[in-house]
Amino acid sequence: MIEARFSGRLGRFALDAGFRAPGQGVTALFGPSGCGKTTMLRCIAGLMRLQGGELRVNGELWQSGRRFRPVHRRPLAYVFQEASLFPHLSVAGNLGYGRRRSRARGPAIAFDEVVELLGIAPLFDRPVPQLSGGERQRVAIGRALLSQPELLLMDEPLSALDRISKDEILPYLERLHAGLSIPVLYVSHDMAEVERLADTLVLMEAGRVRAAGPLAGMLADPALPLLHRPEPGAVLDGRIRCYGPHYGLSEVDVPGGRMLVPGALGEAGGRCRLRIAARDVSLGRLPPDDTSILNALPARILGGEPAGDNQMTVRLALGAAGEGAVILSRISRLSWDRLQLTPGETIITRIKAVALVDPLTLPR
Amino acid sequence: MFDETMMQTVLLTLRLAGATTVLLLLIGTPLAWWLSQGGGILRDVAATLVSLPIVLPPTVLGFYLLIAMGPHSPLTALLGRSLAFSFEGLLLGSVIYSLPFVVNPIRNAFQAMGPRPMEVAATLRAHPLDAFATVALPLASPGILTGAILGFAHTVGEFGVVLMIGGAIPGQTKVISITIFDYVETLDWARAHLLAGGMLAFSFLVILAMTLIERRLAGGRP
Repeated sequence: MIEARFSGRLGRFALDAGFRAPGQGVTALFGPSGCGKTTMLRCIAGLMRLQGGELRVNGELWQSGRRFRPVHRRPLAYVFQEASLFPHLSVAGNLGYGRRRSRARGPAIAFDEVVELLGIAPLFDRPVPQLSGGERQRVAIGRALLSQPELLLMDEPLSALDRISKDEILPYLERLHAGLSIPVLYVSHDMAEVERLADTLVLMEAGRVRAAGPLAGMLADPALPLLHRPEPGAVLDGRIRCYGPHYGLSEVDVPGGRMLVPGALGEAGGRCRLRIAARDVSLGRLPPDDTSILNALPARILGGEPAGDNQMTVRLALGAAGEGAVILSRISRLSWDRLQLTPGETIITRIKAVALVDPLTLPR
Repeated sequence: MFDETMMQTVLLTLRLAGATTVLLLLIGTPLAWWLSQGGGILRDVAATLVSLPIVLPPTVLGFYLLIAMGPHSPLTALLGRSLAFSFEGLLLGSVIYSLPFVVNPIRNAFQAMGPRPMEVAATLRAHPLDAFATVALPLASPGILTGAILGFAHTVGEFGVVLMIGGAIPGQTKVISITIFDYVETLDWARAHLLAGGMLAFSFLVILAMTLIERRLAGGRP
């Protein structure tokens, strides 16, 4: 459990923000540029000290009033926005820097595992200046993990990278998400990254925390701006049942239903995350007997919010009794009125198979 | 023609420049670090004082040093003897005179490094002193090398301050530049040529070496 609250002024910018994050999984600090996400992260690391600060990590007090534990005595690791490898050391020297100074008893994060996870073994003999941006960031993440942190802080680790490097590094982060037992605080202004990686979301605005909670709930909260994005969507954490190689489809259990997803997602019993874009979900009353759509699941309508002049964003809970995960549907306002959809009603959702995007497989 | 007097002069000059450089690196590196960390009026004043010898005529500096080493000065009272016209006095004068040539390049190197490497080191559990030794010093090494070479060369070439506080005691304070002046005054052109030519070649080599070293070090960095 991480409990943080910081307040103070930095020039004309005022920060007064606090949140609680679970002691495991990825918590995203999300918000527009200049909202104070990075300041918050630097305060947690101890790289910056504001007038007011309270910080407790896993029950240990790191900062309170006049008490302030200096950075080098906090068992954390920090991945900076831009590649921050030491240019005077080799790749191996960089990886060893924090590892040698770790005070952890017996490494919980093994060297070989990290090297394997991040695919950095081939880089050992290359001089740091000759690495690409993506390679540098992978080494930086490895260096951070090998310092045996109890908390991993990541400040937009992908934002300085080009599209190709991002795509190269995201799978590593996803593997990390799955394999790591320590909590991660991840600063980002890119919702696509957050949807792929985060479990918990802290939504920041102008130096304050607007809301915080589990990602799925935040994405579908009508009081928050995330639902009113141009392309809203829902994320669902599912469990893989089986893979049918004949049609190349996997069967995945999600809360409140079962879905067919293209591709071999992983071993049976493994977890995977699915994203369903609201525009790919249509609604109807009749059971879809004669349609090419693979996934048609009953769901209960929770409510509808106007989206622009002519559309509605409908919130639905999967399952005939509405006991499952929340998904979103973007339909025309005309359809909403014509079908006379009302909250509490159970309806059939049709989810285009192609709409199940960004499947990411997690071991365990 | 290269006689024992000249040999003694050259050795004395090298000894003075060497000792000055070592002292300047010991004093100048922490001072440069402090000056590179943020602003504040105190730092600005200190930086100005450090840089004063660049613009001050050496005779002015020498004059005040001579007063500071005078028979009734607090420094003399503290040490129990006057430093004027002694090797130690010359050393003190050289350290002050060459201070900016060592401190400024090192300070620039620390500033160019930015705060990030030290922050990274701290997040990897390095104590500030540990981080200074293992990150800041290696990253600033081109600046430190430049500072050392400049400090050494500048001390070898000083004249005005030596004239004011050192005089020309053979083996004690009679350095190359003073010796050249002596030879010219006594119309010993041949010996003046030898020493002056040597200094010319030395200066040329120093600057060439510095250029090459800097390029080589810069080549290994992004």
